[in-house]
Amino acid sequence: MSSFVPIPSSSIGCKFFMGITGLLLIGFVLGHMTGNLLIFMGPEAINEYGEFLQTMGHGVLIWVARIGLVAIFTIHMALAFALRNKNNNARPVPYGADGTIQASWASRHMMLTGIVIFLFLVYHIAHFTVGAIDPDNHKEVIARDIHNKFDIYSMVVKGFQQPLVSGLYILAQLALGLHLSHGAGSWLQSLGLARGWVRKLILPLGYGIAGIIVVGNCSIPVSILLGWVK
Amino acid sequence: MKLTLKVWRQNNPSDSGRFVEYQANNVVPDMSFLEMLDVVNGDLMAQGQEPIAFDHDCREGICGSCSLVINGRAHGPTRGTTCQTYMRNFSDGQTLVIEPWRAKAFPVLRDLVCDRSAFDRITQAGGYISSNVGGAPDGNALPIPKVVADKAMDAAECIGCGACVAACKNASAMLFVSAKVSHLGLLPQGQPERTARVRKMVSQMDKEGFGACTNQYECEAACPKEISADFIARMNGDYLWASVTTEE
Repeated sequence: MSSFVPIPSSSIGCKFFMGITGLLLIGFVLGHMTGNLLIFMGPEAINEYGEFLQTMGHGVLIWVARIGLVAIFTIHMALAFALRNKNNNARPVPYGADGTIQASWASRHMMLTGIVIFLFLVYHIAHFTVGAIDPDNHKEVIARDIHNKFDIYSMVVKGFQQPLVSGLYILAQLALGLHLSHGAGSWLQSLGLARGWVRKLILPLGYGIAGIIVVGNCSIPVSILLGWVK
Repeated sequence: MKLTLKVWRQNNPSDSGRFVEYQANNVVPDMSFLEMLDVVNGDLMAQGQEPIAFDHDCREGICGSCSLVINGRAHGPTRGTTCQTYMRNFSDGQTLVIEPWRAKAFPVLRDLVCDRSAFDRITQAGGYISSNVGGAPDGNALPIPKVVADKAMDAAECIGCGACVAACKNASAMLFVSAKVSHLGLLPQGQPERTARVRKMVSQMDKEGFGACTNQYECEAACPKEISADFIARMNGDYLWASVTTEE
């Protein structure tokens, strides 16, 4: 039996779990986006999808997923703060001149975009899951659809018809895009895979996944604001 | 050429240090950066002032002693060591900010000189082969594929100057350690201690207080010996494998 566990004592171990949790979160974000895009197929599709999520495994699986996500988020954020602390301590006196050669803005501001994403997440859950932001327009309050399912479609459309709300969501997606432009490729290095041709995938993977998620997620509020979805 | 120099002056490790401005008025474009500092130091001594302390030895780009951060760039604006940086790479009238490597693990001893013995301690932790390999073997008696030998030599090019640490925004030593881990880990003689080596060296690296890798490859871009960050991925893989296979 191995007595040697790389976490939390080693920097490489921290980065490994940072990469794994990041990868799981990317999977969640892609899945979440794919489900939400059902809004373009009309009220029935997305309301049925919502009903499926709520009732799968007799309503137990959604809580398993929620608890799992909270755990993954917590580990990802705790490691981020631990690494940030270690990195700040490693250079107590800063340079008098900035000489960044190639590191992207996004890669140098992962903590900032990460915090923006976290704050957005709190708002997003309060908005659509709990219904605390706009209580009159929550799925549990508004009339159900003709199939007696929660009318998620109407809730989303009414929510995003407010330019301020849509603007907030779009800004948050840009922060997520910046975060992913570095993170969605960087895990290849943290997991020790980025050698030779695999390393060439880091940038296209990062910008590719970031682009897909920003365009996909922003298409919903933008389409509603423009009146394409109503 | 005339240059304005903002040079980090620090009397000793406990002094907090400060930038002091100097005018370098007799700079010839073909001078190396260190020769330019020699001239400035000559002027300072003529005025009865303390010369600027900086590390140097071979001045041929092979020893890894010189260690200046010029305008935020480790070893200056061109690829290669500080001693191989020439004044023709700067323009007349330019202001240059000259600093030591900045890392907790590399404490500044005086002015631009820092203590890089943390690298020695990392090497002492595992950067060696202790198995008795006997006398020098006949050529080709131990077949090593050329691509492997080339890669090991690429890693072995590291001169331990510390530019990777200086360039990394986290002051991480991952490129140095990965080069040292890989040049032995690639060759047959290095196999018996491969997992123990990577564990010990990474553990010592963390103990020294270097930061973690953020996968930005500033180290690779600054390395005068062009050590590839592929070695970092290789070390990550070796380390993670060692962490699940070591029975101790």
